[in-house]
Amino acid sequence: MNGAPQGDAANRSGDESVAADQGDPNNKDPNRRDFIHIAAGAAAVGAGAMAAWPLVNSMNPAADTLALSTIEFDLTKVQQGQQVVIKWQGKPVFVRYRTPAEIERARADDHAGLKDPATDADRVKPGHQQYLVVLGSCTHLGCVPTFGAGDFGGWFCPCHGSHYDTSGRIRKGPAPKNLVVPTYDYVSDTRVKIG
Amino acid sequence: MSDHESTYVPKTGIEKWLDSRLPIVRFGADYMSLPTPKNLNYWWTFGGILALCLVVQIATGIILAMHYVPNTELAFASVERIMRDVNGGDIIRYTHANGASMFFIAVYLHMLRGLYYGSYKAPREMIWIVGCVIFFLMIATAFLGYVLPWGQMSFWGAEVITNLIGAIPLVGEPILIWLRGGPAIDNATLNRFFSLHYLLPFVIAGCVVLHLWALHHAGQNNPVGILIPKDRTAKDTVPFHPYFTVKDGFAIVLFLILFAIFVFFMPNALGHADNYIPANPLQTPAHIVPEWYMLPFYAILRAIPDKFLGVVAMFSAIGVLFILPWLDTSKVRSMRYRPAMRTFFVIFVLVGIGLGWCGAQLPDSPVVPGMPSFQLADGMLNSYLWLNRLLTFYYFLFFIVLMPLVGLRETPRPIPATISEPVLPGGGDAMTSAAPASPEKKG
Repeated sequence: MNGAPQGDAANRSGDESVAADQGDPNNKDPNRRDFIHIAAGAAAVGAGAMAAWPLVNSMNPAADTLALSTIEFDLTKVQQGQQVVIKWQGKPVFVRYRTPAEIERARADDHAGLKDPATDADRVKPGHQQYLVVLGSCTHLGCVPTFGAGDFGGWFCPCHGSHYDTSGRIRKGPAPKNLVVPTYDYVSDTRVKIG
Repeated sequence: MSDHESTYVPKTGIEKWLDSRLPIVRFGADYMSLPTPKNLNYWWTFGGILALCLVVQIATGIILAMHYVPNTELAFASVERIMRDVNGGDIIRYTHANGASMFFIAVYLHMLRGLYYGSYKAPREMIWIVGCVIFFLMIATAFLGYVLPWGQMSFWGAEVITNLIGAIPLVGEPILIWLRGGPAIDNATLNRFFSLHYLLPFVIAGCVVLHLWALHHAGQNNPVGILIPKDRTAKDTVPFHPYFTVKDGFAIVLFLILFAIFVFFMPNALGHADNYIPANPLQTPAHIVPEWYMLPFYAILRAIPDKFLGVVAMFSAIGVLFILPWLDTSKVRSMRYRPAMRTFFVIFVLVGIGLGWCGAQLPDSPVVPGMPSFQLADGMLNSYLWLNRLLTFYYFLFFIVLMPLVGLRETPRPIPATISEPVLPGGGDAMTSAAPASPEKKG
């Protein structure tokens, strides 16, 4: 510093503090240069995340996929004691016209120590208890359970052996939940709108 | 072994010009002349075989992508068109499909080689960890590729495996919908799986570069497992070319014979017949099984009665490999000098094969038909469920308990001072020496 040219002298006094806190490697306190590094790094990470988000979000369901989210079904197509499988949002939906004996059996088990407790009345619409509408997708790993099979007369999943009763409730096997009842409504006595 | 002196001398003017601007010829020449332990056996040839597998998969895959259509309406038909109408398409597709199996045969042997000879131990941890990353990427790539023909096994395999992610508490369901691009496996899923299936092999290729970089920096392991001291380099190593290009080349020829037997004489032996039925989202095949190379991990998944913990166990089975260098407490690398660990290793290999066998069976079927059995907790004792659990238990026992414990308690055999000592009288220093090598150290 001794031999510094005169011209620098004016600036020198202003730079002294900067030079002091940047030059000393033992100074652990963040200095102004550290601040700029952290701020620039944070801005780059933030900008990167903001640029990445639209790319990530584009992988979520597209508008046309979401637009396929409702379907209507005519219940007169299904006979008593049978089920019809319809495709909704790429997934099978079981519409089952239950016999009085099947309804009776489901109700009798309402409090039979269920893994995922639900009463039969909760799983159908009032006044339409003969029609059970559930997603035909096993809650274990998504296989389609077989109609009328298994120990409880409802469905049996062939993949890993889950048994469902006539209310679509899980009774035995690895599946954690009951067959899912989708959102649906009666638009008339014989038509339902799923979704 | 690392940082050896460059012996490349550019001869022509154009080589000199290039060498001072982009020394790519020097890089290749140095690479081929790398000092390599002279005692490497045929278990060391799978690295070269795997490089070939990756090249075969990328080359056939690029051609297949020219004919394949990633659309749920057209995918199955486009694969059948490749099989029937595209010139040589059946051979190209069979090579690609069986190539995946060959890739996994080679990678499993390569990994077991590393496990047996302690190639994951210091200073080679990063080689092993990058290798584990490659293995994980291979599994992901193979799964994505299996979905593309859009057969029944493609569709339901994708359904079951993506549902595993749905098992994660709270965030599982949104991630599942994001991953599939809709409420179910559909066209959006097929499209992105195709995109990722094309991408990942190049990510693997990038990781292979890191794998080789780490390998040549730390130096190759060898069947004796000792580090070659600097002053022994001249005696205990030979240049990679021609000694190991020839050895690797011979192994590659043998491997290609096996590959050709599958492609030309039994191309569907390792596949599943149900994948020649077009995907039907409304009907599940009676028995869903993954490809053979995933079966041990599928078995581990099914051994655990809880859905989420099963997924955790399956990923842990791969995850535990990453920390293996720190689980093994032994100071000796090669199991050639660790008789106790060698026994546990042989059991481990058998358990791995057993898990693969269990993965292909229905959990409830009896292991020994007709043998009287009884109910134990949630399944019959004489069922694949319990055999599966026993084998899964040993799989984790081997890594988490035996690796640290045996290393601390065992008494290894004496280790030779040089890699020449077990085979050459006088350790290869002087052929006149009368001292015989200890017979038990013969490899």
